[in-house]
Amino acid sequence: MREIEKILDQYLFVQRDNLIPILQEIQNTFGYISEEAIVKVGNYLKMPTSKIYGLATFYNQFCFSPKGKYHIKICNGTSCHVNGNNLMIKEIEKILGIKDGENTKDNKFSLEMTSCMGVCGMGPVMAVNDKYYTCLTVKKVTEIIRDYQQMEE
Amino acid sequence: MNNSIKEILIQNLLIPTEIKLDKKIVETLQFLKREKVSNPIITISSNTYSKISGIDEIKKQIENYIDERNLNVTIIEVGSLGISSLEPIISVQLPGKSKIFFKQIDTENIILILDGIFNNFILQEYVLGQQKNKIHESWELVPFLDEIAYFNFQQRLVLKQCGFIDVNSINEYIAFGGYQIFVKTINKNTPAEVCDIVEQSMLRGRGGEGYLAGKKWKIASSTPSPQKYLICNAGESDPGAFMERFLMESDPHKVIEGIAIAAYAIGAQKAFIYIESDYELAIERIKKAIDQATAYGLLGHDIIGTGYNLEIIIKQGAGAYVCGEETALIKSIEGKRGKPHSKPPYPATKGLFDQPTVVNNVETLVNIPIILKKGAEWFKSIGTEDSKGTKVFSISGKVEYSGLVEVEMGTKIRDIIFRVAGGIRNNKRFKAIHIGGPSGGCLTEDHLDTPIDFESIMLVGASLGAASLIVLDEDNCVIDTVKYFMNYLQKESCGICIPCREGTRRMYEILENISKRPKDENGYATLQRFKGVMQLETLAEVLKNTSMCGLGRKAANPVLSTLKWFRDEYEEHIFERNCSAGVCQELRTFEVDVDACTGCTLCAKKCPTGAIFGTPKNVHFIVQDKCIGCGICFETCKFSAIISQ
Repeated sequence: MREIEKILDQYLFVQRDNLIPILQEIQNTFGYISEEAIVKVGNYLKMPTSKIYGLATFYNQFCFSPKGKYHIKICNGTSCHVNGNNLMIKEIEKILGIKDGENTKDNKFSLEMTSCMGVCGMGPVMAVNDKYYTCLTVKKVTEIIRDYQQMEE
Repeated sequence: MNNSIKEILIQNLLIPTEIKLDKKIVETLQFLKREKVSNPIITISSNTYSKISGIDEIKKQIENYIDERNLNVTIIEVGSLGISSLEPIISVQLPGKSKIFFKQIDTENIILILDGIFNNFILQEYVLGQQKNKIHESWELVPFLDEIAYFNFQQRLVLKQCGFIDVNSINEYIAFGGYQIFVKTINKNTPAEVCDIVEQSMLRGRGGEGYLAGKKWKIASSTPSPQKYLICNAGESDPGAFMERFLMESDPHKVIEGIAIAAYAIGAQKAFIYIESDYELAIERIKKAIDQATAYGLLGHDIIGTGYNLEIIIKQGAGAYVCGEETALIKSIEGKRGKPHSKPPYPATKGLFDQPTVVNNVETLVNIPIILKKGAEWFKSIGTEDSKGTKVFSISGKVEYSGLVEVEMGTKIRDIIFRVAGGIRNNKRFKAIHIGGPSGGCLTEDHLDTPIDFESIMLVGASLGAASLIVLDEDNCVIDTVKYFMNYLQKESCGICIPCREGTRRMYEILENISKRPKDENGYATLQRFKGVMQLETLAEVLKNTSMCGLGRKAANPVLSTLKWFRDEYEEHIFERNCSAGVCQELRTFEVDVDACTGCTLCAKKCPTGAIFGTPKNVHFIVQDKCIGCGICFETCKFSAIISQ
């Protein structure tokens, strides 16, 4: 975990307003914020770890466990909602047996409901890692996830 | 070449008080504005929307096409034209001919389109329109962009250059008149004069309450302090709104110019842009724009020799809806939890790091260079008596064309939906329009002739807030939409004041109860449901009167406005236990079509509550008391023998 120190070294001034950027960079590098990272940031900024954890849980961006190999993001914006995205969400939950913010037991899949992705004209939208799928139907969602499951077998 | 263009632009357009155009400058400008092109130019719309619909692959395809045929073609990245539904959009400009736009490009039709256009043949199927232009020869049988209904009705001031201008080039922005206003202002006007002009123009903040921007600036600039701050609020976490995102992606330099002028007016030497961290492309473009402007001496130390210093810093938001509220936003920049505090003190007197701070949103700031260029009087001539100028909306939902719409204040909602956005998709019937995101309100068909401005929208119970318009058709359930917003708000409530934290949660539970099928209709559930509904209106009023910040005060808006205008729909859900749109799944009832049922027993096997009875090869039936409305039988039946009601 040398990389945490590397990130911290970039911030020359021990200032409170650097806290969120530091956490963002840690999340971008590792995909999540580990307990070790919180302790190290606390030592660096001379802040109690409880305060850092409190702040990090306040914001939606931060997560505290590693994501699955295939991270499924499904847009939960208003436009996607009125176009019926809850049917897709239910379908994904049914197939994978996980809910928003959870990982499957083998850590292959994780599900996240995100805020508006800005593609309101082509909703419902979802993304698996960096690949986007638009104008979803229940059938399409089933096929996409089966494809990924088959790739793993 | 690039350096010499930079020198020409700075020496001739930005520094001198009077601009004299000699031959060399005119040629440079013609080159930059693409009025005279020697080789074909292809522009590619590159924004979040088109990236998701695959513009990067199309770009590769175009590059391959050019390489294979050894053509001399320039490819330029532009932002969004605003008409998102037709993305990916590309344009082709042949020498001497006007620029022609193609819509809905994919990796297959792009080859056909390029084959055609390089042989002077146009595939009409994919044509969006051509740019009206006196200099170039226009194409026959191709409509001009401003003749198309979508653009025809709009009045584009803020979005004027979006989709036309190269997003990576500061030269092009300057050639089209950019940064000239900024340089002129800091050379000729005192900060107080700038505040005066903006106050005279009656520009109101586009973010929420509609406070006069000029007034806010004056308070901040008259408060004595060694350091003042300007914050550009681009933390548009509102679901369904994408105006600011597309503005920053499509015309980043205009945002920077607006910030620079506003910072000068209030005497700030440091400005922040607060952007949501998932707006990756917007952050990238703004970062690039800041770097370019700094390299041109338009930002940083001693700007163009005037002695004025300005540093613009990007702060990435970490995803919290409440951070759209200015006091919460300031806390977030300070590295704390985004919790609002009660006002006063207003940020304009005591804000970021306890210094005077002005928070304006992106659209407000983009209006500033326009006002200073054309004058306060001109700006006042647009719009209604109390709301001046134009307003950018993001329209989506069940409309034909979703995207960005900029119309004059006072335009009727009907015109926006039916003239600009092309009406309701699939010839369905209009049901409601939701304005202003989770803190906004729902309006009915009777309100379609309401002119849209700050006052009139508040009168009908909605709010202009973050100007997202979501159109609902007959297939949408209003209760379900309100439930969605309440769920969003109860998750996003920061929890500092009790009415908001508890109230939003309870309202969500009440709505959830209305749309849920209780396990036992005779028991407590029915009583609870009725009690809840009776309290819904009172609860909403309490929330409105006692919450501390805008999020809580406006949280009741969706409930109050729908209770007012869609009471019959609530009654249908409560008394008849029916959702006529068929969205509230648990309220569905199922019956067996006696003629179609073959007695295969599949549904009886799958039913989780054992509500279906029947013997093999005989007609089955459903016991309604046991049915929970999950719809599994409906999905599994191979003979369409289960009917949903």
